[in-house]
Amino acid sequence: MTNFPVEKIRADFPILAELIRNKPLVYLDNAATCQKPQAVIDSIVNLYSHDYANVHRGVHTLSIRSTDKFEGARTKVKDFINAGHEKEIIFVRGATEAINLVAQSYGKANIKAGDEILITAMEHHSNIVPWQMLCEQTGAILKVAPINLQGELIYAEFEKLISDKTRLVSVVHMSNALGTINPVKKIVAAAHAKGIPVLLDGAQAIPHMAVDVQDLDCDFYVFSGHKLYAPSGIGVLYGKQALLEAMPPYQGGGDMIRKVTFEETEYNTLPYKFEAGTPSIADVVGLGAAIDYLNAIGMDKIAAYEAELLAYATEKARQIKGLRIIGEAEHKGAILSFVLDKIHPHDIGTMLDSLGIAIRAGHHCAMPVMDFFQVPATARASFAMYNTKEEIDVLMKGIESLIEVFG
Amino acid sequence: MFDDLRDLYQEVIFDHNRNPRNFRVMENADRQVEGFNPLCGDRLTLYLKMDGDRIADASFQGSGCAISTASVSLMTEIVKGKTEQEAEDLFTKFHEMTTGKDENFNLEAVGKLAVLAGVREYPARVKCATLAWHTLDAALKNEQKSISTE
Repeated sequence: MTNFPVEKIRADFPILAELIRNKPLVYLDNAATCQKPQAVIDSIVNLYSHDYANVHRGVHTLSIRSTDKFEGARTKVKDFINAGHEKEIIFVRGATEAINLVAQSYGKANIKAGDEILITAMEHHSNIVPWQMLCEQTGAILKVAPINLQGELIYAEFEKLISDKTRLVSVVHMSNALGTINPVKKIVAAAHAKGIPVLLDGAQAIPHMAVDVQDLDCDFYVFSGHKLYAPSGIGVLYGKQALLEAMPPYQGGGDMIRKVTFEETEYNTLPYKFEAGTPSIADVVGLGAAIDYLNAIGMDKIAAYEAELLAYATEKARQIKGLRIIGEAEHKGAILSFVLDKIHPHDIGTMLDSLGIAIRAGHHCAMPVMDFFQVPATARASFAMYNTKEEIDVLMKGIESLIEVFG
Repeated sequence: MFDDLRDLYQEVIFDHNRNPRNFRVMENADRQVEGFNPLCGDRLTLYLKMDGDRIADASFQGSGCAISTASVSLMTEIVKGKTEQEAEDLFTKFHEMTTGKDENFNLEAVGKLAVLAGVREYPARVKCATLAWHTLDAALKNEQKSISTE
């Protein structure tokens, strides 16, 4: 393995020392949510212990301290994804809320009956349902680009589906059910060639690779904090300033949006126009702390280490008779989705749990993906920077043993 | 290796999972109801042949985890020959057993269904065991064509 300080990193995550059913925890459900380092936990405790008050409100000392930490975190997010300006960083509850915001704000203002929204067949429900709702409201049509049996987007088909009626392309950067990493830069360029904006769902991609929104040139990029070692309940919508400026607010006037003319001067300045109410202050500060923590390690090093973990796990999994990997894209993040011959994923999940191994069993909020592969569900081991080869060995031994028990 | 799971995955459950009983489509069924657990994708179709208010025959088709397959397999065996009321009473007892509210639950009251008592220690799996019975309940009440655990 590369010279990656995994033991030092593990020591920073208190939960990794927990015993589950009297066995050391092997946490492989990182695509659902990942664990938090002490630095993130401390940042929240410290805020509430020493610096907490409401932000952007008072002239008193605590309000200023709290605001500084809150806005400091915004700057950290901006730098982390290389956005052009803090104004382009909107704090929301998570990737789901960010997509709903774009659908209901940008979508309602710009998408009409007969227009088309283009997604792919590997989307998470959160990048399907908000658009279905918008289509229901507007009469627009949802188009779905197909995938192949490796779980890759069939790019040629995707390109064909970009039409004169397409008003928005919304694509997952990395699939949560398959691990596939989409050629998003190419997708953005193809859509832009026809003047169509692109939203990238970065919920899975963000903890696994360096993301540069200016290099990608995407119009919107969304992600959740909780998959980035930060608290749950906080997420980010990045949007290009010109687009955000032109968009009506998301909360506090949904019914009026259709009636007002699209004038940015009527609303608050960015990013506050989209941040109605007291924000989740401590969680934002925690997100900033998570970014500091990741920067100290380096996203490129994390990506390289996780690629080694995935290669190791894939090789081991292929040696298990009766195991079928679901999602074998050439470009793939650290997710191993699989099914076992005649053993239901929920039985796999319960059996592995008894060994202290946490995996996900189910449809992964991607039922259309399950339908495509004709499985009711899959078992999914998803890796993070704190996982080890030894843990993968424990997983594989567990799988082999349960196959034996089921006979 | 899986010693902790012995209460949940008893040999009888593995047996019914490998060789489910009454696993067939029933021609001319009087009742046919689909049961679906959207969380795990368990899906079954239950068929009943009635003789007055008595269940003359029961069979099923579908796919699911070992717990749900064993549960529906055992159920089709045990309800055959029972009246609707007897089957409903058994459902009530089975529900009590699997949700584990009564610590002094008498396992003898459910006969061989007692092998499924282990699910009460696994809240995430209770629905796997009860899907079959909710489906039967709907079939007996002739309520609808499909039911869901959610």
